[in-house]
Amino acid sequence: MTEINASPNMNSSGYEMPPEMRQNIAITTLDKIWNMGRRYSVWPMMFGLACCAIEMICTAASRYDLARFGMEVMRPSPRQSDLMIVSGTVTKKMIPQIVRLYNQMPEPKYVLAMGACASGGGPFKEGYNVVSGVDKYIPVDVYVPGCPPTPQALLHGLMKLQEKIDSESITSVRWYQKEAIEAIPVPILGPDIIDPRDFPTIKSLTQGKPAAAEPAAETA
Amino acid sequence: MRFSALKRDERAGYEGHIVPASSLLEVAKALRDEDGFDLLSSVTAVDYLTDNEEEESFFEVVYHLYKSTGGGAEVLRVQVPRENPVVPSLVELYPGADFQEREAWDLMGIKFEGHPDLRRILMWEGFAGHPLRKDWKEVYFEEEAKPFGNRWPGGQVYRVEDQNPYGKNNQYPDGFDPESWVETEDPLLYENLEKAAREYTEDIDTEQVVVNLGPQHPSTHGVFRMAVRLDGETIVALKPVMGYLHRNHEKIGERNTYIMNMPFTDRLDYLASMSNNFGYALAVEKLMGDKVAPPERAEYLRVIMAELTRISNHLWAIGFLLNDLGAFFTPALYAIEERELILDIFEATAGSRMMCNYFRFGGVARDLPAGILPRMKDLVNERLPRKIDELDLYLSENELVRSRGEGVGIITPEDAIAFSATGPVLRASGVPYDIRRADPYSIYDRFKFDVAVRYHGDVYDRYMIRVDEMRQSLRILKQALKDLPEGEILTGHNPYQVRVPAGEAYGRVEGPKGELGYYIVSNGKPSPWRYHVRAPSFINLTILEKMCVGQKVADVVVNLGSIDIVLGEVDR
Amino acid sequence: MYGLGILKGMWVTLTHFVDTFVDDLRWLGRRYYTPEGIAHRSSKDSRGIFTVQYPEEKLPVPEEFRYIPFLIYDIDENGEHQDRCTSCGICAKVCPPQCIWIVRTEDPETKRPVPEPVEFFIDIDICMNCGYCSEYCPFQAIRMDHDYELSSFDRHAEHIFNKERLSKPAAYYNEIRPVNFAIDEAERAEKAAKKAGN
Ligand code: SF4
Ligand code: SF4
Ligand code: SF4
Repeated sequence: MTEINASPNMNSSGYEMPPEMRQNIAITTLDKIWNMGRRYSVWPMMFGLACCAIEMICTAASRYDLARFGMEVMRPSPRQSDLMIVSGTVTKKMIPQIVRLYNQMPEPKYVLAMGACASGGGPFKEGYNVVSGVDKYIPVDVYVPGCPPTPQALLHGLMKLQEKIDSESITSVRWYQKEAIEAIPVPILGPDIIDPRDFPTIKSLTQGKPAAAEPAAETA
Repeated sequence: MRFSALKRDERAGYEGHIVPASSLLEVAKALRDEDGFDLLSSVTAVDYLTDNEEEESFFEVVYHLYKSTGGGAEVLRVQVPRENPVVPSLVELYPGADFQEREAWDLMGIKFEGHPDLRRILMWEGFAGHPLRKDWKEVYFEEEAKPFGNRWPGGQVYRVEDQNPYGKNNQYPDGFDPESWVETEDPLLYENLEKAAREYTEDIDTEQVVVNLGPQHPSTHGVFRMAVRLDGETIVALKPVMGYLHRNHEKIGERNTYIMNMPFTDRLDYLASMSNNFGYALAVEKLMGDKVAPPERAEYLRVIMAELTRISNHLWAIGFLLNDLGAFFTPALYAIEERELILDIFEATAGSRMMCNYFRFGGVARDLPAGILPRMKDLVNERLPRKIDELDLYLSENELVRSRGEGVGIITPEDAIAFSATGPVLRASGVPYDIRRADPYSIYDRFKFDVAVRYHGDVYDRYMIRVDEMRQSLRILKQALKDLPEGEILTGHNPYQVRVPAGEAYGRVEGPKGELGYYIVSNGKPSPWRYHVRAPSFINLTILEKMCVGQKVADVVVNLGSIDIVLGEVDR
Repeated sequence: MYGLGILKGMWVTLTHFVDTFVDDLRWLGRRYYTPEGIAHRSSKDSRGIFTVQYPEEKLPVPEEFRYIPFLIYDIDENGEHQDRCTSCGICAKVCPPQCIWIVRTEDPETKRPVPEPVEFFIDIDICMNCGYCSEYCPFQAIRMDHDYELSSFDRHAEHIFNKERLSKPAAYYNEIRPVNFAIDEAERAEKAAKKAGN
């Protein structure tokens, strides 16, 4: 099957299609139905990190009402959710759990970085325990700036996500490809957080040098 | 004083006494048993590091002791050398020192001799260094104090992670080999959990299992984790694990100028940003002296905002306590509705729903915009009383709430005081300790209100006390809105950098969750030398283990919900 | 009687349910998609459905509302943009998370700083929307925006706002914050008068 252009208005035109494209038209129609089904039933994971989580809860509550978007089913289990709203400051101590949760989510899965902290570190970025954006570890689909984004800003972000879902095609999405999707390696709590993907860099940077003096006995 | 060991602290701007480490226990015991200083409010450490050859560098551990009957503080300090700092632990005398000493060990590296479980609490076991020491530098360290020189006039923008070889906020000690690293955080936790496990005898022969609740758990109110050891369904040991939201508030705060810390305090207890502002403003005003005494109108506005915050916080707390009880979302939805109306007022006045950043040293940032006062009055006089009555009607007598709440998670008054619990947790155990009355600040002495007290100390009473407190807050609000005078809202002209004389101050307010204190040490420079937050949620958690042991696992989340924690404040 | 409390609770939820229809009927369609309807829903008398149907209806943002800051320029007679900002650097100094970068230049001849920034950056992934830059700017040049619909698919390309992205005309400022705008204009007029008087 050839790669097709997943532009949503491809199917609506009145012009003649060459015969060899017919098969793809069927797929774009299917895409539309498939995407519609998916966009109106995005189940977020019930998972809050910091201040932004409060605004996320408010978004789910009666005034802003996520149910209007088919997203009210907040699932406490990653196995049943499609969307991870990273709502708040991602710390080094928390990132192993976040990566693990992400790995446990079934495809198709999306990540929305809510707020300055989750997108790029936020006001606490300079801190020693803060990750400079969750996208350093897991791929992010939509970023919602703000500190905190108001519920309406979050809704805007979710609509952006729906847009993204709409633009996907069943033939090209990663989870129907032949290659298996690799899990993201879970970071390790070392002297600082260690991303296993960084092992070679770490070794090349620290090994040449003599070991630092043993830190004072760490247990009291 | 009676003790020859005690020495008055002679430094300018300091109060209290210096105690040699060897006689700390003796002095503290006498203060507690003879003088009635039974509430150990705050334990923290300061790193007095100096480059000056003539002066000596040392650590100072600072204890703030209060009487649970009210009144001012007795401040004790222990000075220890920077090499091998060891201080006797107060956990035996004041169990409430437990977490605070662990925090001082974690962040400052001070060993507390005799502490039963001295592990790191906010960072993880194995983390390199003690971050709050003045000579410890983080990865993104730029300069000792803000503002940073490269922002202006030659401000070429960059993302700081791009300058790090890993592209992240990481650094490793020289000679570190990642492949041979073994994580020690969890093994140590489980080891200590086993040590703490109580013998539990019942006829049925069961095996003990360890269950982790959190950090991603719908009932932990954020990223909080409890490692629980179970015998059947009964809890034999419980260890809270926190730090998943440790955002280095204090380290950043020591680089910020005084005014910059104000919006950061919003993010401590993000459900009650106005009271956080209040406490911080009080602490700095204490240091700055009378020249920043807020004008009348500002004092009223402060009280109004703080009390509205208390109501919105308690509404949220009750809603989510009911969530934990299994009444999923309806009470929370009703509560959030009222909270939204309060947030509308904050948004119109301060500019943001949650991160108000409304207080300034010597007043408040903005006056009320047109049309807000009538809306506030409507809310306070009509809507909120009606809605609180409604809440009371549909929840308080509910048999399920009662049977799940009554007799569960009982805290005796003695325990509550010993464990340094404050706020609704303390008052639900029958101790009428409310800082608004016990050690009045701002203009609270002008208002008529009762300190809400309940006597059983169980989950149900901790729920009821929040309803009572909302009613009392409404009483204060009604008086304040009626008397709100016209006039200035700020003393002085709101400079972007304030001058703070050298010295120390501990400012505290009765936040919705308990005693919220700020300990600030100034050396006359634009940024504080030490900035410590005495977070009520954090310290109220000390008693969680005691509350839960011996109960069923289903009650853990209820107990936790009834303490009402916010992780931004627990982990800071 | 055992169970009475539960029944009372049920009764309250039932009244909430019934209220939904009462207000809807009383307002006969005007309760939704009209400004009065939204105002009513957020007032003390609100009962029944509380939802604001974003994006079709939007909650009105109050004047003081703050999101990301923006820079104001005036348009002079020739249609040229005149930045109000003089690159004095106060906002960069007071910004708590230090997310403002300003490039100032000097006049090649007089060596005096040019009162206009060459570049002005705000990293909105750090900005905490605190409003200090606007509060302490002595030239009324930076103000807090109301536009919160900023989500994007790529932060690396889009989330560092430069001067061009940040600049908005004074008319826009007037539109979103009329009261503040009037105060600022009065202050600027006063300053200009002082300058002319000298
Ligand atoms: S972006 Fe702001 S509101 Fe959101 S988690 Fe970070 S600090 Fe809190
Ligand atoms: S925005 Fe205002 S404070 Fe900032 S540099 Fe320009 S004139 Fe100065
Ligand atoms: S709003 Fe606050 S954080 Fe954002 S640029 Fe202005 S001063 Fe900095």
